[in-house]
Amino acid sequence: MSVTYLEAIREAQAKLLRDDKRVFIYGQDVGGTFGGAFKATKGLAKEFPGRVLNTPISEDAMVGTAIGAALEGMRPIVEMQFADFSSIALNQILNNAGTHYWRTNISVPITIRLPSGGTKGSGPFHSQSMESLYAHYPGLIVMTPATVEDAYTMLIDAVAIDDPVVYCEHKYLYYHLKADSLPSEGMPIGQARMARVGRDLTIVSYSAMLQESLIAAEEIAKEGLEIEVIDLRTVKPLDTATVLASVARTGRLLAVGESFPWGGATAEVIARVTTDGFHLLDAAPARINAKDTPIPYHPNLWSTHRPNSKVIAAKARQLLRE
Amino acid sequence: MVLFHTTENTKIFLRTSADVGYNRSMLQTARPKKKKAPTEAPVHEKYLEAFRWMLLARLFEEKLASMYRGGRITGGVYVGKGQEAVSVACGIFLQKGDIFAPLIRDQAGRSAFGEPLVDVARTYLGTRTGPMRGRDGNIHRGKPREGQLAMISHLGAMVSVLVGSLMAKRGRGEKNFIGLTTIGEGGMQTGASHEGLNIAAVEHVPLVVVATNNHYAYSTPNDREFGCASLVDRARGYGFEGYELDGTDLEQCLDVIGTAVKRARAGRRPQLVVASILRLAGHGEHDDFSYVPKEIYGEPFACDCVRRTEEFIKEHQLVDSATLKLWREDAARQVDEAFATAQKEPVPNGEEEDWCAISTRDLVDKVE
Repeated sequence: MSVTYLEAIREAQAKLLRDDKRVFIYGQDVGGTFGGAFKATKGLAKEFPGRVLNTPISEDAMVGTAIGAALEGMRPIVEMQFADFSSIALNQILNNAGTHYWRTNISVPITIRLPSGGTKGSGPFHSQSMESLYAHYPGLIVMTPATVEDAYTMLIDAVAIDDPVVYCEHKYLYYHLKADSLPSEGMPIGQARMARVGRDLTIVSYSAMLQESLIAAEEIAKEGLEIEVIDLRTVKPLDTATVLASVARTGRLLAVGESFPWGGATAEVIARVTTDGFHLLDAAPARINAKDTPIPYHPNLWSTHRPNSKVIAAKARQLLRE
Repeated sequence: MVLFHTTENTKIFLRTSADVGYNRSMLQTARPKKKKAPTEAPVHEKYLEAFRWMLLARLFEEKLASMYRGGRITGGVYVGKGQEAVSVACGIFLQKGDIFAPLIRDQAGRSAFGEPLVDVARTYLGTRTGPMRGRDGNIHRGKPREGQLAMISHLGAMVSVLVGSLMAKRGRGEKNFIGLTTIGEGGMQTGASHEGLNIAAVEHVPLVVVATNNHYAYSTPNDREFGCASLVDRARGYGFEGYELDGTDLEQCLDVIGTAVKRARAGRRPQLVVASILRLAGHGEHDDFSYVPKEIYGEPFACDCVRRTEEFIKEHQLVDSATLKLWREDAARQVDEAFATAQKEPVPNGEEEDWCAISTRDLVDKVE
């Protein structure tokens, strides 16, 4: 038996609905017999009547409603149809959910699922990676699972956490990533994972870019150099200690992310390493992001806009020469 | 090229002035009971209680404004002068188990709902003892565990939040509860308001939305705010029951809003009440509201509801003048006590803050 990243997300939600009466799913097309634009909730409305609810096309009100329900003790999961549309709900996420605990001492346990990242042909409005934007604001936890196992356990953790969680699930990984089975337990939230052990260069990544980084590392291994690859798992909190410990071993750092280049998760990784571990570096650190343009439609443009294993391997070779 | 329509006739500002009244023919979706004849002795059973809350709010906010002018309050002061009758009617019918999501000009309603005056003083002074502990101030306050949501500045955002809270209560099998939220004609124009009102009707929650048209969004008059004849026309569009009323008339406010509350409690569709008043102060105390033309003060909706209510009480001898005097003195004493208490309490200290925006301490991102 094998299970995909997408099935892991569905199974996590089924488990949550089964185990916890406070959980409900709220989003566009998630209910009925349809089960969501990507089928992440397929069959759940039938199995859990009244708890998997279709909403109007109202991202702001979807999150607002979830906040209100959470204040009354529920554990809502909001599915955005695409991460890109969560921009409509920024106000509720950043200004309402994100400020609530600080202002009132009452936390808002909502989970917002963002089908994120690029797939070819999806264009500017169905491809975005928004983890850097959400991580910038106070009051939110931002998860970016890169494996089937993490997709499963981290979603369960997200709902258990008393604070708002933005859960960025990668659409490219939905079908491309498979595991033999689902784990009963995952690593603690907030801890980065050593995805590949190496000694010559540290690549820090997350979500789909972790998979691209691992491919790049295998390529470079054929050349006799061993790259250490760290999966951040959550971009916020960012496990700086694990990153620093790796850079202490390798002396070189490359941060890889899929969001836009200005600021963001990769910039944060490099800022922290240069601030706290400048003496550990044998070469200037580097980073790779998507380009600073909207995300293009045509596959030829898209595959150049988005980082991939080849670009990562080329940058790694350059760093290893320095 | 004509970019926008202008007129020198200030009447254009006064879109709802001529036909304010709560029996407009198109609003018969839920017609409140007939108004009593003016000569008939009063009045709503809560009339006098409501007046005392209005008086308390007015005196409290006069004190606030005076402290602001004296430089004793940081940030802004936002008062509900002219809106007390509408606001008190929003708070006075709510019971334990109900949820109130008030907005900027709702001191009277907040007090009637049970917010201690000292908590208002604490929030304006930013003391550590207040509900917001100096982390947020002035009107951005609430106690969600006690049924009073803490508004954010972004207008319309609290409508859907209240919908979600009501859904959760219904989901747990609670009965006989409602939610009431307030908004202005300015706030009615945001996308969040539209989404919130629509989703309230979709979810069929026991909700009352009281929209007060005070004729100005900060300095912008009605003709640059919306294009419909009256905002209550939207009730039908959203699938609400709608009412329109003169917000300077306490009797109407109690009658209509009280009816809406009862109907929401009885499980009818969400209720939209649109009240017409004039904001008798600036947007905040920093604002001299010189943009309001003098002519508008002659309109019926420009009447001061506190004065009007007091005159009605005197005219109909609901209580004697000695009692009125006592009530005023009692309110003034409560105001003084609230500030005297809050002023003695400690204010926060940046060095002692934990600077932590999430409750899960081991997931705090440690960064300078």
